Amino acid sequence: MFRTATDGLATGLAVLATVLVVVPLVAIFVYLIYKGASSLNLAFFTRIPKPEGEVGGGMANAIVGSGVLLGVASALGVPIGIAGGIFLAEFGRGTKLANAVRFTADVLNGVPSIVMGVAVYGLIVTPAMPFSALSGGVALGIMMIPTVTRTTEEMLLMVPHAVREAALALGVPNWRSVLSITVKTASPGIITGCMLAFARVAGETAPLIFTAFGNSNWSVALNRPISALPLEIYRYAISPYDDQHRQAWAAALVLVVLIVAAVSLVRFVTSRGVLKGAS
Amino acid sequence: MVLCALSIFGIVVLIATELVRGSQLSWARFGFAFFVSRFVDPETRLPMYWDPVNGHFSALPFVFGTLVSSFLALLLAVPLAIGLAVFLTEMCPRVLRAPLAFLTELLAAIPSVIYGLWAMFILVPLLREYVNPSLIKMLGWTGFFNNDNPTGLGFVAAGVILAIMILPIISSLTREVMNAVPGSQREAVLALGATRWEMIRVGVLRNARIGIVGAIILGLGRALGETMAVTMVIGNTPQIQRSLLASGASMASVIANEYAEAAGDLHLSALTEIGLALFIVTIIVNALARLLVWAVTRGGPAQAH
Repeated sequence: MFRTATDGLATGLAVLATVLVVVPLVAIFVYLIYKGASSLNLAFFTRIPKPEGEVGGGMANAIVGSGVLLGVASALGVPIGIAGGIFLAEFGRGTKLANAVRFTADVLNGVPSIVMGVAVYGLIVTPAMPFSALSGGVALGIMMIPTVTRTTEEMLLMVPHAVREAALALGVPNWRSVLSITVKTASPGIITGCMLAFARVAGETAPLIFTAFGNSNWSVALNRPISALPLEIYRYAISPYDDQHRQAWAAALVLVVLIVAAVSLVRFVTSRGVLKGAS
Repeated sequence: MVLCALSIFGIVVLIATELVRGSQLSWARFGFAFFVSRFVDPETRLPMYWDPVNGHFSALPFVFGTLVSSFLALLLAVPLAIGLAVFLTEMCPRVLRAPLAFLTELLAAIPSVIYGLWAMFILVPLLREYVNPSLIKMLGWTGFFNNDNPTGLGFVAAGVILAIMILPIISSLTREVMNAVPGSQREAVLALGATRWEMIRVGVLRNARIGIVGAIILGLGRALGETMAVTMVIGNTPQIQRSLLASGASMASVIANEYAEAAGDLHLSALTEIGLALFIVTIIVNALARLLVWAVTRGGPAQAH
């Protein structure tokens, strides 16, 4: 009797915990959609910000700025990350070096983004080029490398061994087999992995505060401060004006829709087994 | 490709050297006392920690703020995360499992700044109007909840939002290590006539405990370095108060707030040193957590279920 009661109690507590977790999550989404959708309009996508305190304006410059920053970040992070992942999965598999790299990548993934920002600040931000799109992009790019490396590796490991062996049995050299068979087979997975890393850094704010800095005017130059969506969300959220709060919610909705779309796509591809087409 | 793989070591070395270089000035000036000392204002006799104008810098209130908010977050998140993981792996109807897991995964993908936005406009007013007054009424006598801070910003707000943010990572890793426990373990305990909870406690949780500790430590690592959401709700006041309702500041939040407009080299250097401390601590915490999680999920058991 006592044991049944304990069992029931434990089950109840687990259900309660689940409910307590789901409630704030749903609340966040509901508020985001409610507040964001009611604040979103065409001007948001086409105008640049009005001076503080004035109603209206948009975030066209921040949207483009985010694009520029992410472009720089991807140009740096994606090739290095993919190459690192190929090494881990194909050439270095099982070696001490590969294990050490994998471990370091996991640990690096946990380093706070703001620390990356501080390091990049010291590295790139100089009196000659105070704050710039380039430094923001590099900070984000460095953060992409470990994520891309690890997802690439995982995707490559999902490629069946038989495929590799078939290629090698035809007398193809190993490097050729890796590049045109294994990597090609895993490429949908690798691409979605990159998108995952992309989505992750797309919402990064902390390192951008003192690298990209933000810019309320139109700018796409790499050597000048540039605006970004997450930066504007932060800046507008802590401002005293209601209209800016409204725009912060709109920007948050746009950002989350982009990120959720990317994450859902990743999940779809990995669970539906696009990779299994090869086997 | 070896080069690209090695670049990951390169990044770690680069970050470390850059942070050490940047913090030299502050290290030379204050030494280790930077993290423990405090100054007393000769006029007001109040303790002072962080005074960029007069060049007094002590990281003590930020270390305090980071620790308090992180542990508060763990206190709230750990029971919930383990409960959720137990529910998802052992009890959940199959129909609910995938949507719930997906939902928690989404939670992990939402940017920090959006949590901050939500916390500023929804959570903080909620705390200010309803939760904080009742906390003061019921627990005011402990001394941890007596405060006249009317803003609702502070350690409690930071702890709650941090808890929501680290829940997914703790819960998904706990799920992973619980899934790694072989099904035969569960069947063996059930065969002895155990109830479902006894099976979970003896058969699953006991076997997975090292991994769960690892997951918790990983969550701690996240909480320690979390920046934007905390910056937006902690109040950003460099002070040490006994009350959890008081506003404070964390290591990450002071960097986010002051780095871009630091007043002079020493200020910048002091902030960089806080960054260096954060870097070292998170590296250690994450390495420890990864080792613990690996110890459980590595090897065969994963395919046994």
